[in-house]
Amino acid sequence: MNRSRLRKIFFLSFLLISSSLMIDSPDALEIRRTILPNGLTLLHVERHSLPIITATLLVKASPLDESPEKAGLANLTAELLTEGTEKRKAVDISEEIEFIGASFGVSVDSDYTMLSLSVLKKDVEKGVEIVSDILLNPLFPAEEIKRKKELIKGSLRQSEEEPSFIGEKAFKKAVFGDLPYGRIASGGMETIDRITRDDIKGFHSAFYTPNNAILSVVGDINDSEIKTLTEKFLSSWRPAEVKKSHPVHRTAGNKGIIFIKRDLAQANIIIGHEGIRRGDSDYYAVSVMNYILGGGGFSSRLMQSVRDEMGLAYDIHSFFTPNKEAGLFQVGVQTKNESAKAVISEVLRQIEKMRGGYVSDQELEDAKTYLTGSFPRRLETNRKTSDFLVALEFYGLGLDYIEKYPMYIKSVTKEEVRRVAMEYLDPGKLVIVIVGTRL
Amino acid sequence: MHLLPSIPRVLLFSALILLFFNATLQAEVKEYTLENGLKVMILEDHKVPLATFQIWYRVGSRDEPSGKSGLSHLLEHMMFKGTPRYGSKQFSRIIQRNGGIDNAHTSKDHTMYFQTLSSDRIGISIDLEADRMSNLLMDPKETISERNVVMEERRMRYEDVPQNTLFEAFSAAAFMAHPYRNPVIGWMSDLSSLQREDLCILYRKYYAPNNAFIVIAGDVNPEEVMEKMGTAFEDKERVSIGTRHVTEEPEQRGERRIQIKKEAELPYILVGYHTPSYPHRDSAALEVLSAILGSGKSSRLYHSLIYEKKIALNVGADYSGMHNDPFLFILWGTAAPGRDIGEVESEFYRELEHIKGMTPSRREVEKAKNQIEASFIFSQDSLYMQAMKIGMFELLGDWRLMERYLEEIRKVTPEEVQQAANKYLIEDNRTVGVLVPMKYLQ
Repeated sequence: MNRSRLRKIFFLSFLLISSSLMIDSPDALEIRRTILPNGLTLLHVERHSLPIITATLLVKASPLDESPEKAGLANLTAELLTEGTEKRKAVDISEEIEFIGASFGVSVDSDYTMLSLSVLKKDVEKGVEIVSDILLNPLFPAEEIKRKKELIKGSLRQSEEEPSFIGEKAFKKAVFGDLPYGRIASGGMETIDRITRDDIKGFHSAFYTPNNAILSVVGDINDSEIKTLTEKFLSSWRPAEVKKSHPVHRTAGNKGIIFIKRDLAQANIIIGHEGIRRGDSDYYAVSVMNYILGGGGFSSRLMQSVRDEMGLAYDIHSFFTPNKEAGLFQVGVQTKNESAKAVISEVLRQIEKMRGGYVSDQELEDAKTYLTGSFPRRLETNRKTSDFLVALEFYGLGLDYIEKYPMYIKSVTKEEVRRVAMEYLDPGKLVIVIVGTRL
Repeated sequence: MHLLPSIPRVLLFSALILLFFNATLQAEVKEYTLENGLKVMILEDHKVPLATFQIWYRVGSRDEPSGKSGLSHLLEHMMFKGTPRYGSKQFSRIIQRNGGIDNAHTSKDHTMYFQTLSSDRIGISIDLEADRMSNLLMDPKETISERNVVMEERRMRYEDVPQNTLFEAFSAAAFMAHPYRNPVIGWMSDLSSLQREDLCILYRKYYAPNNAFIVIAGDVNPEEVMEKMGTAFEDKERVSIGTRHVTEEPEQRGERRIQIKKEAELPYILVGYHTPSYPHRDSAALEVLSAILGSGKSSRLYHSLIYEKKIALNVGADYSGMHNDPFLFILWGTAAPGRDIGEVESEFYRELEHIKGMTPSRREVEKAKNQIEASFIFSQDSLYMQAMKIGMFELLGDWRLMERYLEEIRKVTPEEVQQAANKYLIEDNRTVGVLVPMKYLQ
């Protein structure tokens, strides 16, 4: 598809899709969704209580889009955006952003790259101008690439002293093998070294396109102000065809025990296996089930048993990481080395118990009232809201998600909780990673 | 719980924040005092239908008797272990059932408990907190079990994090006499000997309306809140705390150095100088100084050690002025792979000599002030942070100090920044701690 045709399509979509959604509940957000002529999806929530604006740009570029030999490419590209453009040196960029008290950051997740800006209302034009320069005109100077590679490799090296990092890395690798979700986003020492300037430039032009991105803006700014800013600073951002990343196929998955020896006061334990995709219709029943098992803080069965009754850990939790293509399920806990076996047995017992019987009415009710009642906190601040909005769009949850979520949760039954426990907790497939002094 | 606020892993990185207040943005804080001395500050913010409730007790590790380090933090844990009315762990369950979250933290100077929940449920917080201010069960079996939990917490946060192990030893060296030398979580041998009776003594002595205050921020109606507050807390009795004697730290006369040898990948350094706490007149200049040295990629330390010379992987500066007694101005850094930590230390001193010898530019001082003020405004986005700030200043004497603080920041001159560096960041006032990485066991 050539560019002009693409542009026409985007223009049409703009006319058709531009919509504004007012949710009935008095506390709901008014989310305005627009597709700009260049294909960029824009989500906007006005909030005038403070003179601040936060923006999140989600770019659909992640380790899913890199080759295993060049693992870390998505991360390195994002990290280098601030290190020089046609008109600014790296030092000018940080100086200008910090002089106005703004903050700008990048992060690369399993499924996407996020760029975040927080800026005072009075400086919003300056902030957007700098970010558009970073986004559209990065130079990726050779000396900055070299510098950044050393910093990333240094951080990787320092992470090797964190037992949780060592455990997490081994766990992901065991579950997903060589698939992208099996790696950490920053890549490895050798793969980072292999990345060239051409790889970075190529990655940037392939994936950093408006039709492959979602922008959310939350705060003290109205429609016409946004329109002025996007026209001035983002209209030269041209769409291009994006080659879609390859989906992750389900793997058989490894299982068994992985022991990594370190001189530590505690054994760091991760127990789990592959989980659930974000788009799976069982996601809500799984959320309820996991809250009861180990997601519900002090109310969870794991916390009650391992911390409160046995006194064997400060923290124990379980969670599902629901990515776009595949997910993870894991229980994490730290306990003194000599208690490791007792804690592992108890976790296995609790997983079996979850599969073997129905949860109580009270447990079910508590999980539901927490999950629904805590939802407004997820939208408390501008930052939380703008990050939430891009995820909403990325995972295709719909603008009415905030309204529908309580219904999704409330409709979960005990039988469903049992069914998803049987389906998504599988003692036969568990990987157990222990980082500690002895097995 | 629960969390110890004190020392995040990449040390003190977050600490620049939020000491300030922009008078033009100031939402109105309403202050009330019950007859028994319990003070309540309420900040109305109707942006979202939520509220944060925080109760602050003026007791922390600073107040612990010798041999009982970790006592105030263990008591914080026990506060979740039930009263006759609400059994063990019911507190958090009730809050979560209502869609809220709750937690607590203990510091050197205070213990704070909070809940964030739907603002129409604020009465639940009021009832539960009033109940546990005076009716704790402290079941003997649960006490032992919770002591074990705290020992696991200590292993996790301190013993298995080399930078935090160093910080613990470094603080004990910097403070020879003052109780700031003790870690909030407590030394392991003290923890294992703490008894239920110790907890009861601390609880009876400090958990009282006249040794606490409450901060609420959110979508609430102050009159309605105060009506509930009166009913719930009016029967709480004052206690006589008497004068607190806290050992003063003698003036430091010469550099102190310590080392920790431990399994780690890269060497790490802490350099600390004794400095006064807010509201000392030098506080604002020290705050600006720490931003110039360590806030962001355009700061002096980042630019020199990481960007130009490539000898460090991460660096920072932190002035911790929010203490009841004088604490420390700290520089920290990790050596880049293959570089010597001595190079990092020398470069720190070179940068200090530079600012001592040459007044910083107006633009640089302006940038620091802009960063400080903007981060204050951003922090107002969160109800929890708004309440937290009111509490931190109230702890130092009066929440209204925060208005003054921002004015003081705005008035700081480049010369004052230079003078503060010359006055405090000197060799004889310095404690240096170095983490020496050891090889992993095979």
